[in-house]
Amino acid sequence: MTDFITPSSQLKSRKSAEKRFQWYGRGAIFASLAFLVVMVGSILYKGSGAFTTTDVAIVVDLGPEAVDPANPQDARFEKIVKDALKARFPEATKRADRRKLYGLVSNDAGFELERFVLANPDKLGGEVRVWFRASDDFDILLKGTVDRTVDESERRLSDQEIGWIDTLLADGDVKRGFNWSFFTNGDSREPELAGILSALVGSALTLLVCFCFSFPVGILAAIYLEEFAPKNRFSDIIEVNINNLAAVPSIVFGLLGLSMLLNTFGMPRSSPLVGGLVLSLMTLPTIIIAARASLRAVPPSIREAALGMGASPVQATFHHVAPLALPGIMTGTIVGMAQALGETAPLLMIGMVAFIVDVPQSILEPATALPVQIFLWADAPERAFLEKTSAAIIVLLLFLITMNLLAIVLRRRFEKRF
Amino acid sequence: MFTKTLCVSAIALATAAAAPAFARDQIKIVGSSTVFPFSTTVAERFGKSTEFKTPVVESTGSGGGLKLFCAGVGEDTPDITNASRRIKESEVKTCAENGVTDIVEAKIGYDGIVLANSKDSDQLSISLGDLFMALAKDVPGEAGETKPNPYTMWNEINPELPAVKIEVLGPPPTSGTRDAFVELAMEGGCKTVDWVNDLKKTDSDAYKTLCHTIREDGVYVEAGENDNLIVQKLQANPDAFGIFGYSFLEQNSDAVQGAMIDGVAPEFELIAEGDYPVSRSLYFYVKKAHVGEVPGIEQFLAEFTSEDAWGEEGYLADKGLIPMTDAEREEGAKAINGLMNLSM
Repeated sequence: MTDFITPSSQLKSRKSAEKRFQWYGRGAIFASLAFLVVMVGSILYKGSGAFTTTDVAIVVDLGPEAVDPANPQDARFEKIVKDALKARFPEATKRADRRKLYGLVSNDAGFELERFVLANPDKLGGEVRVWFRASDDFDILLKGTVDRTVDESERRLSDQEIGWIDTLLADGDVKRGFNWSFFTNGDSREPELAGILSALVGSALTLLVCFCFSFPVGILAAIYLEEFAPKNRFSDIIEVNINNLAAVPSIVFGLLGLSMLLNTFGMPRSSPLVGGLVLSLMTLPTIIIAARASLRAVPPSIREAALGMGASPVQATFHHVAPLALPGIMTGTIVGMAQALGETAPLLMIGMVAFIVDVPQSILEPATALPVQIFLWADAPERAFLEKTSAAIIVLLLFLITMNLLAIVLRRRFEKRF
Repeated sequence: MFTKTLCVSAIALATAAAAPAFARDQIKIVGSSTVFPFSTTVAERFGKSTEFKTPVVESTGSGGGLKLFCAGVGEDTPDITNASRRIKESEVKTCAENGVTDIVEAKIGYDGIVLANSKDSDQLSISLGDLFMALAKDVPGEAGETKPNPYTMWNEINPELPAVKIEVLGPPPTSGTRDAFVELAMEGGCKTVDWVNDLKKTDSDAYKTLCHTIREDGVYVEAGENDNLIVQKLQANPDAFGIFGYSFLEQNSDAVQGAMIDGVAPEFELIAEGDYPVSRSLYFYVKKAHVGEVPGIEQFLAEFTSEDAWGEEGYLADKGLIPMTDAEREEGAKAINGLMNLSM
């Protein structure tokens, strides 16, 4: 009994090892949380500005000389806006100054007035106060992105322009509001008009195609390989290849899409159909691997009981095994789809990295995707696109969270316990 | 059930739209990422102000765009390609082999390439020759000899330059900006050495290798195609210089300043007048066989060549395009709208 080597000290070191390990674990969790907070925090901080817009009120002359009440669509709306600005600030007489003055409102102001006139024909005939979207430089000045204390030569807006803006502010002709157009517009070269809708719809259509192709194919492949295929060298080779396929860089699938789908089959370039098929090549291995793992996790007693009761193998699989494996299969599918959602590299090859304004109406029309939109905006020279980039990332993250929530809800609904 | 409904509706969507998708009614544009901001601006205005659909503009790079453009005539090929350099003889030949014989060339304006640093440091003034010495892989020594680039500090090249380490962030070889920088700045500086200029006639391969190779010892940092990233890195590191297009300098004039090259500052007027040595022409090319087949191409050309767009005070100038002279524009508009064939 006395030969035990100081049991208390051994116990102590074991306990402290345990404690140390727990602290390492907490440290690891803390570090990853800190990264997440910094990343999400900086994106939210940078992107929050994109959700507000600035509008300017200008009194425009819609008298019969400017707009013919019989044919309002033929009026020169851009000129009317410019005249109104000149009337508001008559001190701008030189050409260069006038250009700056016109730059207070968005490039779109003429079209905006046209829409206003066509929607409100009753307002014709006199002077009307109309709200116009302010230009991006105006907008980011109010948001404080531009430092107005630096020397005039070092900023985009001159003292004169800032003076006009201050006058407008003092007169109550400026309002800030929620940027609805960010969610209803397609892409634009003007940061104040650019919206996410076309990319969002493009991503949704692409994922839809991806899901419709990869889900059934993936499940059928997994069920056959797991439940029916004979175990021999051939099925081993297939298994190894599927595992390898999961690790192939996505750009390779893009090249495959380019040469097969576009060049050989002549499918339309830049379309969600091709994008979805290419991405489904990428998600297929993920789905097959996840589905096989969850089929394997179904207790063999279920299969044996079904077979013992006289069910055929197909009945046993589809009535008993597959429903039990479904939650796991769905999780695997959503993980694969989430990966596909964030992919840009393969889309580059098949022409989805493009400037697309119109919202795609079908899977055959040109479309772009959310990560592509982020990439394009990050590359744009205008300063105001900085916040749009972060805002697009926020939308992408929300899309992802929605998908993951859907996965959890579906799992809860289908989960069965033994 | 959920899956089934989803997929059935997808198929329904596809078949519903299958009919019009093959008679393309939308202009397709590919090409240079430098011309992309200008091309998209015109495309957007065109889409808004006419009854035609907004053209789809892809950013594939000049070389990639011309490759797609020259692949043939037909619905699957683009109608227009943008380029930040002129089309090459070899590309015209490839085009012709694939049946693309009639091409309209449109020069749209100029773009300056700037060497910039943070506003926290002093503005640099450098000659093309010194710039070449700072960035070349091998530098010319005494007549006929070359040696690996020995310079690590700017003032080792020329005592008038600052005593800081040479560190330049620039685009990778896939970029059109890089091609233009090498051709205009590097070669321009290289030629200032007399014996190298003679070498051009005797051994043009050796001349090209010497003048076109940027050093790979970490002094020139390939910073990717994203020019915004270069601007941000310059702000963080006041000793570093960056190479990018003029429009990024203009948009970030509160943070970075352009270096004077051969005594000329990268300013709008100076680039437009051709005084600034590192400026290039921007182009787009139109496939004549598609005019009339795809609706709106002629109107798109008219929009692009209108004074409102590419004029001195047009909306493209606001986006950073440096316009051509009045005479060049007038002549260009006539040639483009008259669909004159490209002549090399």
